[in-house]
Amino acid sequence: MFDFLDSGQYDLLGAFWVTVQLTLYSAVGSLIWGTLLAGMRVSPVPLLRTFGTGYVNVVRNTPLTLVLVGCSLGLGQTLQFTLGGQDFKSIGFRLAVLGLVAYTSTFVCESIRSGINTVPVGQAEAARALGLSFRQVLTLIILPQAFRSVVAPLANVLIALTKNTTVAAAIGVAEASALMKKMIENESSALFAVFAVFAFGFIVLTLPTGLLLGWVSKRVAVKR
Amino acid sequence: MKLQKATAAAATALVIALTATACGGDSKDDSSGSGSGDKITIGIKFDQPGIGLQKPDGSYAGFDVDVATYVAKELGYDAKNIVWKKAPSAERENLIANGDVKFVAASYTINDERKKKVDFAGPYLLAHQDLLVRADDNSITKAEDLNSKKLCSVAGSTSAQNIHDTLAPKADLQEFAGYSECLTGLENEAVDALTTDDSILAGYAAQPELKGKFKLLGLKLSDEPYGIGLKKGDTELKTKVNDALKKMVSDGSWEKAVKANFGPANYKNEPAPQIAD
Repeated sequence: MFDFLDSGQYDLLGAFWVTVQLTLYSAVGSLIWGTLLAGMRVSPVPLLRTFGTGYVNVVRNTPLTLVLVGCSLGLGQTLQFTLGGQDFKSIGFRLAVLGLVAYTSTFVCESIRSGINTVPVGQAEAARALGLSFRQVLTLIILPQAFRSVVAPLANVLIALTKNTTVAAAIGVAEASALMKKMIENESSALFAVFAVFAFGFIVLTLPTGLLLGWVSKRVAVKR
Repeated sequence: MKLQKATAAAATALVIALTATACGGDSKDDSSGSGSGDKITIGIKFDQPGIGLQKPDGSYAGFDVDVATYVAKELGYDAKNIVWKKAPSAERENLIANGDVKFVAASYTINDERKKKVDFAGPYLLAHQDLLVRADDNSITKAEDLNSKKLCSVAGSTSAQNIHDTLAPKADLQEFAGYSECLTGLENEAVDALTTDDSILAGYAAQPELKGKFKLLGLKLSDEPYGIGLKKGDTELKTKVNDALKKMVSDGSWEKAVKANFGPANYKNEPAPQIAD
């Protein structure tokens, strides 16, 4: 039933490796951009607050396929904005990371903002009373506590991101679901076996993430 | 009180409007059902101009649609008793095996892997893998020229695999989810050529809004005999469909359908393929 895996025709590990790479680059990017967005949304400057709120609400409510195809057709094909990539393979990968970061960071931002809300107001007031600036209050007092309380929600965002990378197949990134399309085209008589292989692959990727980060979340949570 | 009245009036109006539309719908159904009551479900592509396309008004057009309509007529079903079902490439075998459709006519290339799950009537069209380029581009004349070119196709498709594996392994291949996305790149000179079956390419090039912008090269890079997929072991239906296809060729309807759907693109079609019994 699974004999198509032995044919040597399909680079299953290679395809999943691209999925892992997409996930890691996008996760790091979204963590940075998402934290900045969260900072904007709680900042005392109205302009930054408005931008943060507007960005999160617009991008979060745009379908990911639309974001990625927009990156590829709009930025890549029409405006020739290639992020330094030379061929379609590298251009596609970089544009996919850009799109995934733009999208996932909104969810990271909202998770962190919920974490900020778990920090008692007294903490910020005490820090202000000591004469710390807004940036110091945020980076030294609020965010470290906020992050410790949102490990579990961030783990969910990471798992969603892992699965969302499959959308990158729409713009030609050779990750797992792109290989699945190819296998379905060739092995149409073993359709469900092909599905099973890829479903199992994603379980292997996401289940340990969930278990590990769930354990970390219990360890680091601030007991109040 | 006033508000309540207004709400009641609005609600009544809404109910009347809904009933009226419902009546309209019913009467329409009655008139269309006056023929034989039997329906036939046929799987076609909904997104390939020239082959099988759902138009904005909900009707269907394309060569596969014409062939399927003719075959259905020969099987004893009027055009209005046909229920069209979307048959994306990956789902065709299962639609047939599960009995969701009577048969599938959806740019369905006959090959051995597929024959394991379904039977094929036909072939009713011999297509070839080909290239679509900008009308003023003369730099591509053979498959080897593609090694230094930017190319676009659909992810996982046989055409994309052919380019990658044998025809031009060094070509820079962009793989999108659909062919329409490729046309943007071709128009903006981000890609140099679009590759898939010439019948599909001809369908795109024949669209009124794209007329004159692109041309087919006619390289015949592979053979793609299109067949009508039907349930494995249903020899009775297979014979009937084959007879219908033979009749379609002999009475000239086949030629007419080819000209109508692919003609505007200067598509040089192969003669009707010999139907194997």
